[in-house]
Amino acid sequence: MKETKINLTLKVWRQESAKSKGNFEEFKVAVSPHSSILEMFDELNNRLELEGKIPIAFESDCREGICGTCGLVINGHPHGEKKKTATCQMHMRSFKEGETIYIEPFRAKAFPILRDLMVDRSGLDKIQQAGGYASFNTGSAPDANAILISKETASLALDAAECIGCGACVAACKNSSAMLFVSAKVSQFALLPQGQPERYERVQNMVIAHDESGFGSCTNTYACEAECPKGISISNIARMNRDYFVSNLKLQNV
Amino acid sequence: MMNLDSKVPKGNLSEKWTNHKFNMKLVNPANKRKYDVIVVGTGLAGAGAAATLGELGYKVKAFTYHDSSRRAHSIAAQGGINAAKDYQNDGDSVYRLFYDTIKGGDFRSREANTFRLAEVSNNIIDQCVAQGVPFAREYGGTLANRSFGGAQVSRTFYARGETGQQLLLGAYSSLNRQIKLGNVEMYHRREMLDLVIVDGKAKGITVRNLITGEVESYAAQAVVLATGGYSNVFFLSTSAMMSNATAAWRAHKKGAAFANPCFTQIHPTCLPQHGEGQSKLVLMSESLRNDGRIWVPNIVGEKRPVNEIPESDRDYYLERRYPSFGNLAPRDISSRSAKYACDEGKGVNGGRSVYLDFADAIKRIGEPAVREKYGNLFEMYENITAENPYKVPMQIYPAPHYTMGGLWVDYNLMSSIPGLFVAGEANFSDHGANRLGASALMQGLADGYFVIPYTVGNYFGSEKPEKVDVKGTEFNAAKESVNESSNKLLSINGKQTVDDIHRKLGDLLIDKVGMSRDEAGLKEVITKISDLRDEFWNDVKVVGKSEDINLNLERAGRVADFLELGELMAVDALNRDESCGAHFREEHQTSEGEAIRNDDEFAYVAAWEFEKAGKWKLHKENLEFESVELATRSYK
Repeated sequence: MKETKINLTLKVWRQESAKSKGNFEEFKVAVSPHSSILEMFDELNNRLELEGKIPIAFESDCREGICGTCGLVINGHPHGEKKKTATCQMHMRSFKEGETIYIEPFRAKAFPILRDLMVDRSGLDKIQQAGGYASFNTGSAPDANAILISKETASLALDAAECIGCGACVAACKNSSAMLFVSAKVSQFALLPQGQPERYERVQNMVIAHDESGFGSCTNTYACEAECPKGISISNIARMNRDYFVSNLKLQNV
Repeated sequence: MMNLDSKVPKGNLSEKWTNHKFNMKLVNPANKRKYDVIVVGTGLAGAGAAATLGELGYKVKAFTYHDSSRRAHSIAAQGGINAAKDYQNDGDSVYRLFYDTIKGGDFRSREANTFRLAEVSNNIIDQCVAQGVPFAREYGGTLANRSFGGAQVSRTFYARGETGQQLLLGAYSSLNRQIKLGNVEMYHRREMLDLVIVDGKAKGITVRNLITGEVESYAAQAVVLATGGYSNVFFLSTSAMMSNATAAWRAHKKGAAFANPCFTQIHPTCLPQHGEGQSKLVLMSESLRNDGRIWVPNIVGEKRPVNEIPESDRDYYLERRYPSFGNLAPRDISSRSAKYACDEGKGVNGGRSVYLDFADAIKRIGEPAVREKYGNLFEMYENITAENPYKVPMQIYPAPHYTMGGLWVDYNLMSSIPGLFVAGEANFSDHGANRLGASALMQGLADGYFVIPYTVGNYFGSEKPEKVDVKGTEFNAAKESVNESSNKLLSINGKQTVDDIHRKLGDLLIDKVGMSRDEAGLKEVITKISDLRDEFWNDVKVVGKSEDINLNLERAGRVADFLELGELMAVDALNRDESCGAHFREEHQTSEGEAIRNDDEFAYVAAWEFEKAGKWKLHKENLEFESVELATRSYK
């Protein structure tokens, strides 16, 4: 099937390492409207490799919007302008013939650039390691139906648990805060009975790890919610703040 | 001489695992910390094993090539996870789950392993709920179930269309807890490039640090590979972009037998290729086949728009050939039928796709009801194709999705190399020649949480916790060979890219070692793959340097391995002169096109020993069935 391709100009952020200075490099591409933006990069990289040039470094894996590996800032928006989609789910048909597209990495102090569009998001893992779990050893669990959970609660917990850990909330925030990310995990456990024994310790530990990893404070601009590819609600942040407040009182034995 | 003792315990099928656990050697709690275990891969099997071994007190080093252990491809599984809980009171049991699984696999899996899988399935659900996995619930607060292909009971647990994500995040959370407690050391962005063997036992691995490019060595008293399947050998598959066979393949080249490589599952309901620029295929849940009707135009070269093709000119080929199962025929049959229709030139616009039509369902139950059942899938379809499936039929085509074959393991999940264990999709053990839906998640977690932690302990029971020197001869040799191979790849400087050659390999395999195979085609493709491998080593172009981030070099190494594995798949398919499960040999079918199995000659596991690239030695492990009777699958 012969298909019409669209011609685009790309301005792609190139940067050799965390320490070096970066700049935009321009590329002209002709791409199928059915391709995803990452497939466009695959094609472009194939061309660069053939010319003996270093391909553009970017990360992706599942290409189905669930693994959280990909993350580009496209024309100023983390994961592009389209709501509730990850970068890999963005298709070239949403661009017009002759358009110029600016592509940058997620930018945040806590996400140092490794190369071009690749960043280091290990700070997010550190937050999870600080308390993002219920302390159960394998083999010690009671029968699954011994814990009754209402349909509504399970559904709310899943809404929060759907976070894919991509870091778009951080890139969207002017303070580079990861509070939407933290609150999603804190909420999941705060809602479920399994999370109750460690509820207040968890929120303390995760918030401390958040601050120590170099993420900024939340000032309620809602930018994170607007850019989140999974539509994680900022009501999770409210829930987390309430638990954090209570946990402070508990620490002081009030 | 390769030893392929399955080590299946004696006794009744239902008592084997219990007795075996009792007979296993134990390691004193105070001694556990003296043992190091390396776990490669952090999907369901790897994260589950690493976390549980850590809980038990062993010193674990876990490795992933991702930036975070949460990104493994287990995360993309949509449908659900099976367990024999019988919460629906519909007659389910451990035995029924076992029987469905072994029958679905067309009687080519090891009975005792498959039974154990069904047996521990219930513990998995308990464990995941305790971790806080938000499974779907009924109004009364109990767990909800749904039905899935290949079963007549409702035993699938799920969390919307994101079951894999929720289960993986559960395992990830347990792993994180052990990392915080200091029992697991987590190594990110490391790709395993070699297995190190000292005195005949697996004692460590060689990895490339994907950020610095440095080649590093790690030692332990046992190594667990949980590195997933090899569907990406086909270039286009539903696997994640980075999924590869390298860790398993390098272990194979060090002496681990590779079993049933030709058993690869091609899933019927995937989105068709959109064009030449395609890098990956996307799966749509097969639940769509509950209400969608599959058809192709009756006329070769049909040019009319789909809505103008009258009923009389449509061929609902599954309903026609399999009146009792219709559109719900098993995965292998549905896939093969779509291929035949397209081969005949009846695909949509003469291309490679068939219609999946919801017009009748919409007429019957109304658009809102269809939306409620499949809304998110329709949305996903529309997002990718820009076509509204409520108005225009979907187009689908089969795609490589899962590999039942893998490294050979015994009942303890230990490979033919002592001390090397293999878990999850990376091993061959439980699914035979075809895997049923919602069973991959079950197997990954069964291996990781409930089998490996016991069997590794049993192995340590007779192994002294002597420290292994990472500067020893064997480690240095492995390091050197990894460096040598990187330098070789970087120095060829040919005229084709890694992807160019990978695409060629994929085209060869999908055509001749895909949904149907025959002797002439397999012989031809073996030669062609061997030639393509030469082409690769003489004409590939890999840019950059090795002491650096180099995504091109990473892919080159993986494709080099696929070029060997692809040939072994064809060799295995040629050797298996019967049709079974996903392996369909044109020569062995009834006049109606149904598969004919040959139990007299082929009721065995084909385990291949590597001699050199393009040369393998076959070892057979005969499959003995003590409790089930071998029957012919019928879906008419």
